[in-house]
Amino acid sequence: MRWRFTRNLGIFLFWKAIKMASLLVAISFLSFLLVKQSPIDPIQAYVGADMLNVSPEQRERIEEYWGLNEPIMEQFWSWGSAILSGDLGTSMIYRLPVSEVIGERFINSIALMSTAWVLSGIIGFSMGVLAAMKKDTWIDRIIKWYCYTLASTPTFWMGLLLLIVFAVWLNWFPVGMGVPAGVLAEDVNIMDRIKHLILPALTLSIIGVANIALHTRQKLIEVLSSDYVVFARARGEKGFTLFWRHGLRNIALPAITLQFAAFSELFGGAVLAEQVFSYPGLGQATVEAGLRGDVPLLLGLVLFSAIFVFVGNLIADIIYRVVDPRTRKEQSYAAK
Amino acid sequence: MSILEVDNLSVSFKQYTSGLRQHTQEVISNLSMELVSGEILAVVGASGSGKSLLAHAILGILPSNAQTSGKIRFDGEVLTTKLQEQLRGKEIALVPQSVSFLDPLMRVGAQVRTSVRKGKAKEAQKKVFERYHLKEEVENMYPFQLSGGMARRILVSTAMVSGARVIIADEPTPGLDSVVIKEALTNFREFADQGCAVMLISHDIESALQVADKVAVFYGGTVLEIAPAENFEGNGDRLQHHYSKALWRALPQNDFTCEFKN
Ligand SMILES: Nc1ncnc2c1ncn2[C@@H]1O[C@H](COP(=O)(O)OP(=O)(O)O)[C@@H](O)[C@H]1O
Ligand SMILES: [Mg+2]
Repeated sequence: MRWRFTRNLGIFLFWKAIKMASLLVAISFLSFLLVKQSPIDPIQAYVGADMLNVSPEQRERIEEYWGLNEPIMEQFWSWGSAILSGDLGTSMIYRLPVSEVIGERFINSIALMSTAWVLSGIIGFSMGVLAAMKKDTWIDRIIKWYCYTLASTPTFWMGLLLLIVFAVWLNWFPVGMGVPAGVLAEDVNIMDRIKHLILPALTLSIIGVANIALHTRQKLIEVLSSDYVVFARARGEKGFTLFWRHGLRNIALPAITLQFAAFSELFGGAVLAEQVFSYPGLGQATVEAGLRGDVPLLLGLVLFSAIFVFVGNLIADIIYRVVDPRTRKEQSYAAK
Repeated sequence: MSILEVDNLSVSFKQYTSGLRQHTQEVISNLSMELVSGEILAVVGASGSGKSLLAHAILGILPSNAQTSGKIRFDGEVLTTKLQEQLRGKEIALVPQSVSFLDPLMRVGAQVRTSVRKGKAKEAQKKVFERYHLKEEVENMYPFQLSGGMARRILVSTAMVSGARVIIADEPTPGLDSVVIKEALTNFREFADQGCAVMLISHDIESALQVADKVAVFYGGTVLEIAPAENFEGNGDRLQHHYSKALWRALPQNDFTCEFKN
C-alpha cells in the first residue's frame, strides 16, 4: 500500500513541475512583452546621464549590437535561452550580474520575511484560538476588531507609523537601511543587523496576523460546534484536554497550509515595507528596478518571485497530501 | 430499579428574531420518564420532535443558547451541571448516530481508548475489539476508512469500555442494512441484560420494538404515553393515544392486515 502512495505523490510532483515550467514560460513571455511595450528605453537606462554624449550613429550601433532591431520573438528567444543556461544578464543600476544582486538581496529579505512569517503565524494562530475559545466575549470582540481594522490598513502606512513612533520619537531603533550608515561592511555585527530588522519585520507581522487569526478563529469555532466535539464532551472531555485532543488536531493543518499559501502576500508586503524602511531586500530592488528601468533585473525578479510564491503553494499542497490521512487514501474499506 | 428519572423537563431556545427582539421557543415541554436498569426504553417519534435534545439535556451538552427547567435525577440525586460533568462518559454514555461523531483526524483505536475510565485503556480496547469482531488493524484506521458496520461497532465500543450504567443511543440505526441493524440492536440488548439502563432513540418503531421493553411515544417535544412493548400488537387497541395508534398502524405490514380484514 505504501508504494501506491509514493507513486501518487510522484505523479503529483511530476504534474506540478510541468505546471511550474509552463507558468514560468508564460510569465516570462508576458513580462517580456510588457517591458518591450513600456516607455523604458534600454539604452538610455544603460547609459544614464551620459546620454547627451551619445550620437545617433553610436546609438544605432548599440541597438544593432544588442539586437534591439530584431523581431520580438527572436529577442525573446535569445533572452530565454540565456536564462535557461543560467545567465540572467547584468543589472544596469548595480553593474553586477542579476543573479548576484538577487542572491544578496534575497538573504536580506529572507531574514525579514521569515521573521515576519514565523511571528505572524504564531501570534495570529494564538489570537485566533483565543478568540474562538472566548467567542462573543470582549476578548473575541477586540481581536476581531483588530483584525478587521488591520486587514484594511496599507502596509506602508503601518510602516510609517512605526517609524515615526519607535525610530523618530522614541529613538529606540534606527530609521532605516539594513546596516548602520558609514560603517564598513566587515564591522557590521549581528546586533546591528537585528536592530535594523525589527521595525520592518514588526510591520509585516502586525499586518500579517489578521488573515491567519480570522481564519483560525472561524475554523476553530466550526470544529468546536462539530459533532465530534459534542461527542467528546459527552464522553467527559473538557477544557484544555478537549482543545488539545480535538481542536488543535483539526485546525493545525489548515493553518499551516494557509501560512505557506500566503507567500505571495508576504512578498507583496515586503516590497512596501522595505521601501518605507529603505531595507536593502528584494522588495526594494524591485521598486528600484522598475523606477529606473533596469530591465534585466526586473525580469529576473519577476521570475524569482513567481518561483518563490509557487514553492509556497507547492509546500502547502504537499503538506496536505502527506500529513492529512484523508488525502492519503490507503486501505480504505469505505471506498470499496 | 430506576436509575435515571426525568421529571417535568422543558427545554427552550432563546432566539433573536428581526429587530433584535428576543423570543423563546420551547422545544421540549413537561416531559417525564424514567430509565430502569436491565431495561431498554425506546423513545419513538418523528424527526424534529426533540429526541436528540432530550438526550443532550440528560448529558448536559446542549448548545449555549438553550435553557432547561425541571429535574433529572441520577440514582436519586438531582443532576446539577457539575454532577453532569462528572458523570458523563463515566456513568452515562452516549452512542451517537453516525461516524461524523468521531474525530476525523484521530485513529479510531485511540478514540476508543480515551473513552476508558477505569483500568488499562489498551487492554480494554483490545478486548472490546475482539468482542465486536474488529480486526487488529482497525485500531490504526481513521474514521473515513471504516465501513458503516465497522463505524457502528466502534461507536458502540466507546460506550462499552466506559463502564457506564446508563446508555443513551441516539438513532443508532438509520442508513444501515438490516444485518447491521440487527447486530446493533443485539448489542443494546446485551447492555441491558448486563444490568444497564438503555434509552434507544429512534424514528423507526418497527426495529425498536424488536428489542425494547417499553416504548415512549414522543410527539412535539413531549411524551404522549409510555407503553410496554407487547401492547404494540394487532390493531393497536391496547394503546391509549390516537397518535400512538396511528404510528403503529402506519407500518406497512399492519396496513396490510387491516385491508385484509376489511
Ligand atoms: N441550537 C438550536 N437552536 C434552536 N432550535 C433548535 C436548536 N437545536 C435544535 N432545535 C430545534 O429543536 C427541534 C428538535 O430537534 P432534535 O432534538 O434534533 O429533533 P430529533 O432528534 O427528534 O429529530 C428541532 O425542530 C429544531 O428546530
Ligand atoms: Mg435527532
